Amino acid sequence: MFAAAIWLLVINTPGWDAVRRSFLSPDTFVAALPRVWDGFLLNLRVLVVAAIAVAIVGTLVAVVRTLRGPVFFPLRALAAGYTDLFRGLPLIIVLYVVGFGLPGLRITEVRVPAEVWGTIALVLTYSAYVGEVIRGGIEAVHPSQMLAARSLGLSRGQALRRVVMPQAVRKMTPALMNDLVSMQKDVGLISVLGAVDAVRAAQIETARAFDFTPYVVAGLLFVLLAIPTIRLTDWYAARLRRREQSGAAL
Amino acid sequence: MNDARATAVLTVEGVRKAFGDTVVLDGIDFEVAPGEVVALIGPSGSGKSTLLRCLNLLEQVDDGRVLLAGDDITDPRVDVDAVRARFGVVFQQYNLFPHLSVLDNVTLALRTVHRVSRVEAERRGLELLGRIGLADHARRHPDGLSGGQQQRAAIVRALAIEPQVLLLDEITSALDPELVGEVLDLVRELAHTTTIVMATHELAFARDVATTLLFLDGGVIVERGGPEMLDAPREERTRAFLSRFRG
Ligand SMILES: Nc1ncnc2c1ncn2[C@@H]1O[C@H](COP(=O)(O)OP(=O)(O)OP(=O)(O)O)[C@@H](O)[C@H]1O
Ligand SMILES: [Mg+2]
Repeated sequence: MFAAAIWLLVINTPGWDAVRRSFLSPDTFVAALPRVWDGFLLNLRVLVVAAIAVAIVGTLVAVVRTLRGPVFFPLRALAAGYTDLFRGLPLIIVLYVVGFGLPGLRITEVRVPAEVWGTIALVLTYSAYVGEVIRGGIEAVHPSQMLAARSLGLSRGQALRRVVMPQAVRKMTPALMNDLVSMQKDVGLISVLGAVDAVRAAQIETARAFDFTPYVVAGLLFVLLAIPTIRLTDWYAARLRRREQSGAAL
Repeated sequence: MNDARATAVLTVEGVRKAFGDTVVLDGIDFEVAPGEVVALIGPSGSGKSTLLRCLNLLEQVDDGRVLLAGDDITDPRVDVDAVRARFGVVFQQYNLFPHLSVLDNVTLALRTVHRVSRVEAERRGLELLGRIGLADHARRHPDGLSGGQQQRAAIVRALAIEPQVLLLDEITSALDPELVGEVLDLVRELAHTTTIVMATHELAFARDVATTLLFLDGGVIVERGGPEMLDAPREERTRAFLSRFRG
């Protein structure tokens, strides 16, 4: 109802026809789709690699931050400093620094493609977020669970794996899925480094066709990618809520 | 090794433990013979929980020794996990693992520490749960059970690893009063066949079940004796504690 009213309002604006021509042209849509799709595949590849790397680095950061004892102080401080820095820095700045700064160091002879630098920047930023979520999850499990497991004779590793982590994962899954949704969008930012992803391809097609429809194509692809994750997040959160309310078994 | 030590399941010698400047245990000595049921009583903060945690190495003693069936378990070279597996422990609360079914709770240590196959572990687990009337609840998760059922399941979990000594720390104090009875009944039944060291505020129950009572205060065992100690304490501090308790 409300949406329909807005829609009517928009299509009756004086500039609507011009905007429709330059954003929703069917011909440009069809013409741009193949190249934008190719670019989108690059986004997907970056996303998969980055997500796996973030899971590993984030877990490491979280485990380091939960280590107890004075011996681990330097490691713990390092992990804390890393987390503060990258949670505070806008991703776009990390992208510029990594994408234009690191290649200047000439660490390797071969030219490293822009999407690799983009992936590194994404991993640096998102590992800081995800590390915090994982740490929060581990710390939300009552310490007596660890004690109970240890007093059964389980080693620290067994207790973490069999008792603490499964409970922590349940607590942190909604937050992790939210981070995944925003990472799905942020992979589009690697285009600022010149990687020919969906956004960059849309830009090229736009320049060719003199209208903005290719951006709509790219946007549509990103939304289609996000919807399953968003639905899954909602479903999981609702299930957790139901279980907490009923106090029932899994 | 003298005779008393050879027959004792547990020997505690001069155990001291401090947290910072607070000396909690200041030279504790006692022995537990096989089948004996020892009740630790004493005011809040007297170190009952700390003593139990020192026994199964959740805390490290500052001084003194603990022998389990003749083995010095306070030796720094000892395999801590192996020692813990020789004790069964039940705490006041938060005992069961909420993400596992009751049966998986009972069988977890058998499967991961003792490398018993799942089939065999479940057979034993179901048999134990059956004995306390919880076989029907085996596949449920702990939060689907009453507090009393949960504590009984926790006791069964502790027994599943066939411990040499069962350590119980105020296992009824977080329960609603009407649920206390079923848990105490189970302990009473186990007391015939199991060596138990328990911290408890349930003096009537301690009198009933314990063969030996140790009254802890100020970091030492002020008085020790059989159940008659509760009616005729010799020490002034014990008398004061008991009279305060009865109101
Ligand atoms: N990890 C710890 N760090 C510092 N102090 C501790 C720690 N654990 C216990 N204490 C202190 O040791 C003393 C003995 O505590 P403990 O829990 O053993 O007493 P308790 O006899 O079990 O008491 P309650 O009857 O209330 O359970 C208390 O003063 C407590 O504050
Ligand atoms: Mg206590």
